[in-house]
Amino acid sequence: MSLLSRPALLLLPLLGFMVLAYLVPFLGVAAWSVTLPEPGLTQYQTALTDPLVQAVFLRTFRICLIVTAVTICASYMITLLWVRGSRMQRLVIELCILIPFWISVLTRAFGWLALLSNKGILNTWAQNLGFLTEPLTLVRNEFGVVVGMVHFLIPFAAFPLASAMRNVDERVLLAARGMGASRARVFAQVFVPMTAPGILGAALVVFVFALGFFVTPALLGGGRSVMAAELIYLRIFQSPNWGLGAAISVILMIAVGGLLALLMRQARPAGAR
Amino acid sequence: MITRPGPLAICVAALVAVFLLMPLVAVIPVSFTPNRYLSMPDGEWSWRHYQALIDNPAWAKGLGLSIGIGVVSAVLATSLALAFSLGIWILQPRFTGLLLGIALLPMVAPPVVSALTLYFFLITLSKFNDFIAYDTWAGVALAHSVMIAPYAVVLITVALTQVDRRIDLAARGMGATLGRRIRQIILPSIRFGVLSALLLTFVLSWEEIGVTLFITSVDAVTLPRLMWMGLRDNIDPAIAAISVLLICIVVIVILGKTLWLGSSEAKAK
Repeated sequence: MSLLSRPALLLLPLLGFMVLAYLVPFLGVAAWSVTLPEPGLTQYQTALTDPLVQAVFLRTFRICLIVTAVTICASYMITLLWVRGSRMQRLVIELCILIPFWISVLTRAFGWLALLSNKGILNTWAQNLGFLTEPLTLVRNEFGVVVGMVHFLIPFAAFPLASAMRNVDERVLLAARGMGASRARVFAQVFVPMTAPGILGAALVVFVFALGFFVTPALLGGGRSVMAAELIYLRIFQSPNWGLGAAISVILMIAVGGLLALLMRQARPAGAR
Repeated sequence: MITRPGPLAICVAALVAVFLLMPLVAVIPVSFTPNRYLSMPDGEWSWRHYQALIDNPAWAKGLGLSIGIGVVSAVLATSLALAFSLGIWILQPRFTGLLLGIALLPMVAPPVVSALTLYFFLITLSKFNDFIAYDTWAGVALAHSVMIAPYAVVLITVALTQVDRRIDLAARGMGATLGRRIRQIILPSIRFGVLSALLLTFVLSWEEIGVTLFITSVDAVTLPRLMWMGLRDNIDPAIAAISVLLICIVVIVILGKTLWLGSSEAKAK
């Protein structure tokens, strides 16, 4: 079929739009990273050797790992009930997952500020009840960032985990129970291994999401525990060094591209997504 | 289902559920505080922060702007995605994977990289015109379209997998033109997919903040951008009031849908 046959014309508007409004500008950003302030790879050298930038990368990596581990555990347990609970339990859990999922990230971050800040609900209660004399610092630090990110990401992990759990053959679980395994043993030695591809897929999705996260860390980290995405924002708008911001963007893009390639490879045999 | 989760699993899941709902519930009492700063009402409840939403024209302006941008970008993104997905479905070209990859790029790239990319795009356009430019509503609508079009592609492509190719082939064999096949055969079978794509893209644009933060400053202040400004500096309890309203809308829609249609998952069983 010749390229200019009519159905091919259907493809062109979106492709043209994406190339002009996304691919070409991204190449422009990549060009910034090797031309600002002067031509060369100095910005990449800075990004990889400067202790401040390195600290940000390390913190980003550490927070993303913690967030991924906590999110997957929490999401696994709630998804278990969503998939295998009684009818009523499934309905309630579905609401608990869908309602936060549809609520804006700003509202959710604000909710955590209202709960955790020094004059927030938890500190007020703890002080009124006499558990604390001084307010406990729960936001504007890494703890707040992790809590906010985990809260944001649990629903995103729940969807792939649920599809993995629905594929588990229940007769295998019954067989294990029938042969005398305890509930805990069936869970740990049969159910979890059978959903392992789904866990890996969900973990990669969560990690990739967490890597490029900007809004929640910026609000709940309060400028103290800066992550890579916020560093880009700061280098573009607050203490401008556009070349460095662009170089960090390119590095992030490459990291995410690599992780996604990994996801594709492991998703293919499982076919879960 | 015979092997149900045990009591321990139910307890842990309940804790996670409480964790998920906690910040949403916490917003409610804070929105009734009589103070100017973030605090609990402490006996005295006040509507002043809801009143502030009405009195301060910035909120109404942000609301209008967000709705306008949401409608324009949802229609633009869904139209482009519809044409593209139809093209892929009809042609089944050899490089489908590559073409889909380009179309889905903004969805999988880190949001902050997309934000910087679209910032570059709009400040470049600003050199040539004042309409589609940095910090204008048309610029924001165009940037949102880039970000949300991949989601429309996914929804419409999924809807197309349900269409029976043989019906289309029959129409084609009987001499129907491409336009007629699309209008009379394909579109009627995927209309729910297209409608949900419109709805989802509108909601995504309505909530968008990551990109919007990079491409606006003082003129094109959407509702999320306005909330961001109230959260970043000293926390304004008016944010609590607007958050409560937004949470109410979501809860009513989702409860309504669940009660009306039943749990989607319960049906599948």
